[in-house]
This record gives sequence, C-alpha cells and structure tokens, in this order.
Amino acid sequence: MSNPILQVRDLRVYYYTERGPVKAVDQVSFDLDPSMRLGLVGESGCGKSTMAMGFMRLIRPPGRIQSGQILLDGVDLTRLSQEEMRQTRLRKIALIPQGAMNSLNPVMRVKDQIADGILDHGEALSAVMMRERIAEVLESVDLDPRVANMHPHELSGGMKQRVCVAIAISMRPKVVIADEPTSALDVVVQRQVMETIQRLQQEMGISVILIGHDMGLMAQSVERLVVMYAGRLVEISQVADLFHDPLHPYTQALISSLPTLRQKGVFRGIPGITPLLLNAPEGCLFYPRCPKPRDVCKDRTPLLQEVKPAHWVACHPYGGAA
Amino acid sequence: MRFFRYLRRNKRLAAGISILTFLFLFATLGRLIAPPANAYPLAVPANQVPSWKYPFGTDSQGRDLLATIVMGTYLTVRIGFLAGVIGLAVGTFLGFIAAYYGGVLDTIIRWVVDVLLTVPGLLVLVVIAAIVGRTLNPTSLSLILALLAWMGPTRTIRSQVLTMRERAFVRVARLSGENSLEIIFKELLPNLLPYLGASLVGAVTGAIFASLGLEQLGLGPMREPTLGMTIYWVQYYGAFVRGLWWWILEPISVIVLIFMGLFFLSSGLDEFANPRVRRVV
Amino acid sequence: MTAILELRNATKIYSSGLINKRVTVALDQVTFAIEGENPMITAIAGESGSGKTTMGMLMLGFLEPTDGHIFYDGRDLWKSSKEEWIRFRREVQAIFQDPFEVYNPFYKVDHVLTVPIEKFKLANSKQEARSKMEEALEAVGLRPGETLGRYPHQLSGGQRQRITVARALLLNPRVIIADEPVSMVDASLRATILESLRKLNREMHIPIMYITHDLATAYHICQNIIVLYRGSVAEAGDVDLIIREPQHPYTQLLVGSIPWPDPDRKWGAGQFMAKGEILGGYGHGCRFAPRCPVAMPVCREQQPPLYRTHGTRAAACYLYKDSPTLEGRDIGRVLNQ
Repeated sequence: MSNPILQVRDLRVYYYTERGPVKAVDQVSFDLDPSMRLGLVGESGCGKSTMAMGFMRLIRPPGRIQSGQILLDGVDLTRLSQEEMRQTRLRKIALIPQGAMNSLNPVMRVKDQIADGILDHGEALSAVMMRERIAEVLESVDLDPRVANMHPHELSGGMKQRVCVAIAISMRPKVVIADEPTSALDVVVQRQVMETIQRLQQEMGISVILIGHDMGLMAQSVERLVVMYAGRLVEISQVADLFHDPLHPYTQALISSLPTLRQKGVFRGIPGITPLLLNAPEGCLFYPRCPKPRDVCKDRTPLLQEVKPAHWVACHPYGGAA
Repeated sequence: MRFFRYLRRNKRLAAGISILTFLFLFATLGRLIAPPANAYPLAVPANQVPSWKYPFGTDSQGRDLLATIVMGTYLTVRIGFLAGVIGLAVGTFLGFIAAYYGGVLDTIIRWVVDVLLTVPGLLVLVVIAAIVGRTLNPTSLSLILALLAWMGPTRTIRSQVLTMRERAFVRVARLSGENSLEIIFKELLPNLLPYLGASLVGAVTGAIFASLGLEQLGLGPMREPTLGMTIYWVQYYGAFVRGLWWWILEPISVIVLIFMGLFFLSSGLDEFANPRVRRVV
Repeated sequence: MTAILELRNATKIYSSGLINKRVTVALDQVTFAIEGENPMITAIAGESGSGKTTMGMLMLGFLEPTDGHIFYDGRDLWKSSKEEWIRFRREVQAIFQDPFEVYNPFYKVDHVLTVPIEKFKLANSKQEARSKMEEALEAVGLRPGETLGRYPHQLSGGQRQRITVARALLLNPRVIIADEPVSMVDASLRATILESLRKLNREMHIPIMYITHDLATAYHICQNIIVLYRGSVAEAGDVDLIIREPQHPYTQLLVGSIPWPDPDRKWGAGQFMAKGEILGGYGHGCRFAPRCPVAMPVCREQQPPLYRTHGTRAAACYLYKDSPTLEGRDIGRVLNQ
C-alpha cells in the first residue's frame, strides 16, 4: 500500500467573529490514497466547503487556519509561502468550487480560460502546443474540440461544468477537489459529469475528493466516504461498508432518511436542528439529537477510532475516549 | 443606538450627514444672527471688507453677505430639494407603472424618457427661463427644474421593479390574494427604499447644479439672494477686478460644502444599500 | 364529476426576434385533469427545459396558454370574472422551490401567513388568526415561539420551507402545486417536508402536483407520474409501473441515472450518449430522436402519439405502435384517480 497522497492532521479552521470563534473545521484528520475517490458528506453549514478552501489555502480573514497540517505528497501546505502555494495550486492540487459553472468568464472563450490557468502557473507553451493541450483536455472530458472557440453562454449546464473540470485537470494535478459539482444539474447530466470525473480519475491516476450532501450521489460515485457533522468528522469508511453497517447515530439517521427503491413510502427525518458552530460547547456535538446518548457524551469530545478495519468512528459507545 | 454604531463604521455616510447637518444649522440658526432683511439690496453700506460688524462683509448692492449666504444656502437647497422630490415622485410613479404593467404603457413611457434624455437640458431650461422672465421665483424655478429631474429616477425605478416583479415573493403575494396595487405598495415599494433614497440624493444634486447654472447666467430669480444669483452679481459687478475677495470666496465655499455633503451622503447610502459593498454586517 | 383543474391541449409557445423568428415550444398540447374525489399526488418529472415549470405556471394562472384551455371547476380560467379569479387564487396554492426567495426580505416571516388570512377572511379576530398560525406551524414540526416574529434571514432553509408548507395547510386549498419543494433543502430535512406533503394529501384530501427532477422522491410519495421531455409527454401513468419498468427510452435513461443511495445498485452501464448534445432547435418528429439509442426513421418524421400500453400507463413511442392510441391524448385516463 503506497503512501497517502494527502494527509490531514488535526486541522482546525476558525473564524474569529465579533460574537466569538466559529469552529468551522475542528480537529479533522484523515488520509487520501493516490488514485482514489473520496467523498466528504455533510449538511450545509457543516464546514465541508471551508475545509476545501482550507486545503487550497484560500481562507480569508476573519477566518484562518488555526493549526494542523495538510501534507500533500509530503509537503506541508500550511507552511508554504504565498508564492509557493500559488504555484502548488492547479499544478498539484486543484479545486472546482461550488457554482463554478456560473463563474466562468462570460466574455472569454473557453480556450482562453483554460490557457489562462496554464500560463499563469509558469508553463510556457507555444501556440501550437497550447492548442494541442486544450484539445486534449477537452477530449478527456468528452467535449467536442470545437467547444474551445465558444463562449460559456453557448454551452449547456453540463457542458459548462465539464469545462470547469477540464480547467482543473489541465495541469494534471495529483488531487482534485470538487465541491458540489452537480448541484444545479438534473439527474441525467449529473450522471454524465460524474462518470466523466470517474473516468478521468482512473485514466490519469488523480485522487478526487467529492464534497456534497447527497448520499445517493456518494453511493454511486466514491469508494471511501467521510461523514462530517458540525465541523467535526464523525465516521470514515469504505462506501459499501458504511451503507451496510453505519456505526455513528448521525450516519444511521442520515441513511434511514433517504428514499430507496426497496421500501416505498418509509420516511424518517432527523429531529432537531443543526447546531450553530459559534461558541461550540465541549462534548459530542450530536448529543442533543442523538437517539441513544450516554452521560459521557455531554462532557467529553469523542475522538476518531478505528473500530473495524478501515472503518473509523467518533462515538463514545464504540470507545472514542477523549 | 445601532444607527450611531453603524455611522462610526460607515465614515462616508457620517461625513455626509455631518456636513449637511452643519449647513442646516447654519441656514436656520444663522437667521437669528443676521436678519434676512439684510440680504436684500441697499440694506447696509456697500463693499465693506469683513469686520466685526459685518463678519462676511458686504457686496456692491449693499447686501449683508452673512445674511445673503445664510438665505442663499436655504434657498438654493430648497430649490434643489423641491425639484428633486417632485422629480422623484413623478419618476417613481411612472417607473412603477411602466415596469409592473408592461406592454404598450411601458413602451410609451420608455420611449418618451429615452427621447427626452437626449435633449440638452440646459438649453431647454434657458429657453423656459427666458420666457418666464421676471416672474421667476424660487418655487417656479423648482417646478421648471423638476421637468428635467424625473427622467433619471424613472429609469432606475423601472429597472429595479422589472427585476423584482419576477421574484417568488411577488408570486406568493398574488396567491395570497393581493391585487396589483397592493403588491406595488406593500411588497415592492418597501424594498425600493434604498434606491429611492439614492435617487433622491442624485436628483437633488442635479437640480441644485442646474439651478446654479441657470442663475449665474442671469436667468434665475433676480431679486432673491440665492447662491447662484450671488455668483451672477459677483461677475456683473466685476468683483474679481475690484479685489472684493470675500464676496467671491463665500458663495463658492458654501457650494463646495453642499456638494461634498451630498456626495458623501450618496456614497454612504450606496454602501448601506448594497450588502456586498458593505464591509460590515 | 367535473375535475377541479383541467388542462385541455394546453400549449405554450415563446417566440422571439422580429425578423428571424425563433420559436420555442415550452409545452405542447397537454391534456389532463386533476380530480378531487380521490386526491392523489402526481409527479410531473423532467429535466430543465422539459416544460414542467411551464406546466406548473399554467396551472397556477401565472401564464396564459398560447393555445388550448385551462378550466377551473368547469369554467375557462382566462375568460373568468374577477370574483372567479379571486376564488381561484384562494383555492389553488403553491409551494415554491427557493426557501429564501418566497419571503419579502422587508417583512417578518409572519407576513406570508397573515396576508392570506386577512385577504381571504380566514379568521374573525387577531387571536383566532394567531392560533390558526400556531396550529399550522406545529403541524409541520416547528415551534411558533422560535419562528414567528423572525426575519427570513434569521431562520434556516429547512425552517423557511416548512413555513411555506404550513401556509398551504393553513389555507386548506383544493389543489397544491409543489414546484421542486425539496431540491434546495438538505437531504436530511427532505423526509420531514415530504411527510408533511403526504399529510396534506391523506388527511386533508388535497390533490398535489409534485414537480421535480428527482425521481427518487417522486417514487416515494406519488401515485402517478407524468414524464415530460422538451415540452411533450413521453410517458405517464402509475408511478410503480413506470419507475420499475420504464417503457419510453427517455424514461429509461432518466430512471437509470437516479443516484440511489445503495452501493449495490450502481448506475446502469452503457446505453448512454454523452456526446449527443444538441445546442440548437429541433426539427419535426420525436423530440428525443437525436439522443435515442433505438430511433427508427419514422421517429424523425412525425411525432409519435401516446400509446396506451396498459390500463394505467401510456408512452409516446413508436416502439409501442401496436397498442391503441390514447383517446384525446388525455393523460387523466391512465392516472390513478
């Protein structure tokens, strides 16, 4: 088993607001193997987008990376200078942010937008080589090379999103983070985009972190899944194992609230509301909504423990002592 | 209280409000020190340098310049304000109707506005003022200026209402039984208050500017001591050549202050109305 | 038994441009009726551009049909009197997709509840109004103390959407059009909101039109489904039959792309045309022909009629030309009602 391409150790990203610190990402640790598809799932506001921005060192004040390490191929991203980090982005680690397809420059042609990223990161290509690279990249996302000369508004939603994927892989990074890449797309296009990403990942050996809140999409697209709640990780496991044997009460509730083809008409919601990340208390943050809490859960924060092979959970009943 | 805290952070708005408050006090309390009657010709000895008796000096027509400037500030701002308010009211009304009802009405209003906007305003004003001639007083000047002030607000309000018209909360209001008029007044209008505020400031600024332009050409209310007329008399009596520096400096300084105040107010309101520009929540 | 709301050959065509007229057919001759005796939840499913939102807007009276008619209680809606329109507005309600946009940011959330109470005279006093509001909020799982008196931005998306459902409860309409009610809500909250919709249907006997592109949730709460593709009905009928055994090639594609939260049930392999995207308009013939893996020459020449392949289903595809055509293209005949 080769070394993980990305290792996150005790990452904390806090926002210092007037009313107190908001612990958007708290004590997060996990590994990402090379050539693997990892899913990061959680409700909105749980901190997953913040984590993605944290990996790219794009957090702006009043937020900052409080502490922790992000080791990309052995290099700690938190210790790099601004210029070094800028060179690392797109070359080694790329992000497809939420709503990327709506953020394409409406007055630039697709080929110029792709070339922009490549040139900006110091790769000097001749005009001919650049054209070839662009065609190559568009082809790899299943787009007709003629798309290069078009403007974003001439493309459909799915095509625009694939252009964003193309930009992200244009320099063959080791890790690509896709934050809700299919949220505005309908099921058919969603499947197209996800299958494209999957194929790219296998062909180019890239590791993909897929961020979202749709467990269904995760079940179809990723190999390993990380569940996040209120800024903290609560469970990590291979996807099949997670769905067959969810350990954390939150994961269990999440899975049972989803419609499947097997049982029609059975719906279970999760009572209560998501906690505010402002001035988060000690102890397990899921405690107020947990169906089977214990006393220790109120006071002591549970830590991630490997309870089964490759299956981690942060929950006191499984022995997650703080 | 929250308002004052906000003011501390939005420095432009604070600056604008301070300057305009100062001018307001100047114009109102100033009357107690310098009786308005002295702002008219032959009230006091002419061409006096500023002294204890006449802190602002006097002009060649025998007006006490302190009284003149105090009255002038009041009159000029009043002219601009009245013109701006009337222009805004008409513009808002037309803008709403055009956007909400659409169709032929919208096309007509839009066409009229677009055509009139291309007409050089100053020329129109000059012609009208020349026709009205001696009977011109500050109020009628306001009305004339309002003729030019309504077009800008019509466009702004129209485009705002067009975007808001399709929003879901308008649909919900219709499903809740509100009729078109109620939707305009109860749902759309409150959301437009920031734009109305900004348009008002813009309209007032434009009207004051236009009034100054007309007056210093000699087409304003000749007897009244408005700031623009003062500048006219400055030119007429050759104050530059004769070295009557106080007479030149005073109206100009006040005019600069007025525009600065309005500018900061507009800039501050802009930040307030646009949540993305707002640097603090 | 007259239907409550009926579409007869309802068509909506948009044309733009003065010289080079470009015509977009948003909805093409759809006929069906919503009955009240046995109220059902019917899904209107399709991707963006399918015409499902257009159909919803036509049913709500926000759009006038270019051709065809909308009947409410037997009367042509667009020829109705002002009183009849007021009654229509009160009795046909909607739940919209965006939980933030439905609120006027200037007012507290109570506004969406108090206005209809006042305009439709649903309460005789302020106390009665207040207690009705509280009752409705509690029925959707909200605490009135935590929600009333707040501004929209102070509440979460899930809370805001639940208030919209409470509003529908409060108004006790005869029909509800729900346009993607849970697509902008977190997965974990969807169950709660969908349960409330089911309650509206079962306990208060209100037929619901559930407009969506998410077939998974449609399968769960609906009894009927109408699948639209680019303005035409591709398939319609009983939801169990259609999702388990889709007949129209487009429905097969749609059902095969549903991301079921079940790692053992992955997306179907093959039968996919990633490159077949058409950017321009369409010619004559079946709208799906350019993308269809089993298209025949006849498909490109003329649009297929709806063939009734079963008592409770119909598909618009020449593959089923041996079945009888659906009389009057009336989808209502194949829906459970």
